[in-house]
Amino acid sequence: MARTDRLRLLVLAVFASLTPLALSACGTAPQNKAEGPGSAPFTLSGANGRPVSDYTLKGKPYAIFFGFTRCPDVCPTTLARMAHLRKAMGADGAKFAIVFVSVDPEHDKPADIGRYVDLFGTPIIGATGSKAQIDAITKNFGVFYQKVPQPGGDYTIDHSAIVILMDRKGHFAGTLSDSEDEKASLAKLKPLVA
Amino acid sequence: MIRTMILGGALALASAAPLAAHDYTVGAIALDHPWARETAPGQKAGGGFVSIHNSGKTSDRLISGSTPVAAEVQVHSVNMDGGIMRMRRMTDGLSIAPGETVVLKPGSFHVMFVGLKQPLKAGTTIPVTLRFQKAGAIRVQFAVQSLIGGDHGSH
Repeated sequence: MARTDRLRLLVLAVFASLTPLALSACGTAPQNKAEGPGSAPFTLSGANGRPVSDYTLKGKPYAIFFGFTRCPDVCPTTLARMAHLRKAMGADGAKFAIVFVSVDPEHDKPADIGRYVDLFGTPIIGATGSKAQIDAITKNFGVFYQKVPQPGGDYTIDHSAIVILMDRKGHFAGTLSDSEDEKASLAKLKPLVA
Repeated sequence: MIRTMILGGALALASAAPLAAHDYTVGAIALDHPWARETAPGQKAGGGFVSIHNSGKTSDRLISGSTPVAAEVQVHSVNMDGGIMRMRRMTDGLSIAPGETVVLKPGSFHVMFVGLKQPLKAGTTIPVTLRFQKAGAIRVQFAVQSLIGGDHGSH
């Protein structure tokens, strides 16, 4: 198993290193791979100990959100909202995945993230990674995050509060905003699972 | 235990009759509906929310707090400009102008329980002492609410 994962990681790493070259070398040649947020391969460590990557997520649409477990406000609000939207979709709610990526790997270990996402009463894929992996995936998805020191020696993390939607092929399919109403969010989620 | 039950009864009465007296008062400061979010085992911080009304003629400040369940109680602001969440510790506290009500709520201000010694379990209450610059200290029970069932911001 570990060997297969390592091999997959290697394949991903090779693919990741070749893609930019392929893009620049081919110039105007048509590409199968879409550009835009989330279009590059990525690999993270899942809360259950297994990798979470563009490869493991493929085949099912997903909504991805970046935050950290010590965020007492926007992160739980957003994840609770996603859980609520899924419930509102009835049977279709199970047809998309919810992914929570902690941008605080220094503090949030995969098991911590697993216990955190379990609070929301619906399956949520929790993940994080090394700083290099987090830097890569946030850049890939166009997500901002920045560690900010606080008085007293602690730190907080500023981060984008946006939910990014990806279709079942792993192509960018839009975003959900915390300021839009439930109807607007559902109108974006429904075509994804259709 | 009995005290908790009496308190529970008082809270139930307060929520059943919106025009009833405030949940807690100290000096010119009145506090209503203190609640906190449940946290996962191992989670190091949790957020608390409460409505604060200042009926006095001068402004007051929520400067700090303490609770047996966490190492520290900090006052935080959250700013959401440009789709980016920025949380900051308010070391000078939060000003409550005379005659005003400031609601600590998701997406705005909160008290953060930093260095949790135990998970905050839904359905329980946690004792918290909040300190105001002028009104002084007041002991408040924060009701811990489940994360299941959507956004609590509408409370």
